[in-house]
Amino acid sequence: MKNAISIEGIAKGFQQKKVIQPLSLKIEKGGIFGLLGPSGCGKTTLIKMIVGLIKPDAGKVTVLDHEVPNEALLMDVGYMAQSDALYTELTGAENLEFFAKLYRFSKKERRERIQYAAEIVQLTNDLNVRVAHYSGGMKRRLSLAVALIQNPEILILDEPTVGIDPLLKQSIWEELERLRNEDDKTIIITTHVMDEAERCDKLAMLREGEIIAAGTPAALKTQFAAETLDDVFLRIGGGLK
Amino acid sequence: MRIASLVTRITQQMRRDRRTLALFFLAPLLILTLMYFIFDTEASDMKIVVTGSDQTIVKVLKQADFQVTAAEEFSQEKMIEKDTDGWLHVENGKMKLTLLNDEPTRAKAVQMQMMQALQGNEKNTPSIEEKYVYGDADTKAFDTFSPMLVSFFVFFFVFLIAGIALLKERTSGTLERLLATPIKRYEIVAGYVIGYGLFALIQTIIVVLYAVNVLDIVLVGSIWLVLLTNILVALVALSLGTLLSSFATTEFQMVQFIPLVIVPQVFFTGIFPLDGMSDWLQKIGKVMPLYYASDAMNGIMYKGFTFNEVLLDLLILLAFAIVFITINIISLKKYRAL
Repeated sequence: MKNAISIEGIAKGFQQKKVIQPLSLKIEKGGIFGLLGPSGCGKTTLIKMIVGLIKPDAGKVTVLDHEVPNEALLMDVGYMAQSDALYTELTGAENLEFFAKLYRFSKKERRERIQYAAEIVQLTNDLNVRVAHYSGGMKRRLSLAVALIQNPEILILDEPTVGIDPLLKQSIWEELERLRNEDDKTIIITTHVMDEAERCDKLAMLREGEIIAAGTPAALKTQFAAETLDDVFLRIGGGLK
Repeated sequence: MRIASLVTRITQQMRRDRRTLALFFLAPLLILTLMYFIFDTEASDMKIVVTGSDQTIVKVLKQADFQVTAAEEFSQEKMIEKDTDGWLHVENGKMKLTLLNDEPTRAKAVQMQMMQALQGNEKNTPSIEEKYVYGDADTKAFDTFSPMLVSFFVFFFVFLIAGIALLKERTSGTLERLLATPIKRYEIVAGYVIGYGLFALIQTIIVVLYAVNVLDIVLVGSIWLVLLTNILVALVALSLGTLLSSFATTEFQMVQFIPLVIVPQVFFTGIFPLDGMSDWLQKIGKVMPLYYASDAMNGIMYKGFTFNEVLLDLLILLAFAIVFITINIISLKKYRAL
């Protein structure tokens, strides 16, 4: 099994609007894969189809050799949505406890997993505070911790660093790289920020539901004779001649 | 200028929210129409059975607008069975009137009308010994419809709270996040049912104990049966609330279900006499869960019905709950195919 995720000809439309044109994509195991594109290009829709939250109109998605949707797969995929899906009346610890229980961990495992996830996102000291009192950045971090709670093989993160200060952003990226290097995880991340795209091992650029370019950041720059990824994007988009 | 800008904005917002607008203009008409038909119904004839009497009394009573039947013998059981308002037994010049008293106002009317009729016949006031099938001479109208109110409050609050809770879960994205974990759809619905059911149970216990012990409302039957009935009512309200919440996008739209779903049901709980309603109106009542809840609650608390006597009502409530819960589980498919 070389590919963690294999997408074959999936398409999706909402009402009359085509959000995802028929597209195919293979994402190798291990490494950080970036989905790059402006707002409204279909990143979130694509990601939700990989997680199994949206059913594609056509085509199929295969994750770890299982066709989506597959119940066992939900154990292997950690998902962080674009909006913080948290219970604000509960404390951080209670949120993590709730999600950990959904994965049927024993009490001892739960304590370990909560401690581990909280440490990664540096929330250990704020775990007993209600989420309602969290700052935007803290909520984002807690959402990431929820995605990590079951120690999934694949992490799918929808704009994980939006609203997070540069220092913390740096530490989250270091952690993502550590998860890749030491735990051999496959991480899929969406972003519209170019400096983050630079840190990805592979990139796919998405525009109006179509993949307009894919490859390593270096390869993309060479291919389009551009200095930065920004230029690559603009060039393909027709902004730079 | 600034005021005008606010007015324009509000107008624009209202025009966009077609649902709110339609409800705002049409819901009062719906409720008004229902009330028109409900209050327009004439009181049905009072049914009287006379035993051991000569024809003169029967004749007198017939003239007094009673629907009179003369019978050889009669009993309280038969009164309940045939929904007879009053049974007059005349023996050796002594009159014994048994009143069904399922609706105290009706019983009082029977009493009054009979006194007047018999007074006209004989010069002196006849002495009538009175007996009651349900309740006694002191029964107040509130005693008969307070059991329905208990169920109504359980239904109302559980409907709103559960509906808004699921709506919040839907709009905040936690429902979607939940469905990205290996939880099964039925597990979500079951969790909701048990979680909010627990609070509904506590609410019922508080309401019933307060009604019976502090307000001294009649409780003839078993308190356990009252609790059981209200657990079922809570189940129906909970499953209907969560189901309808998927048709609402804001908490305000959830509140809009009150005039559409809650208020019409109130008209069929028996707070207004059902006997006089026209057939089609009564049929509408029969698709409403609160109709059965009220029937059962009134039976248990006021008439002292046993489990078997309210079993049909309870089964229908259970059927409502099962249907709504099933639709809930299916409707979650919208979010995840599994």
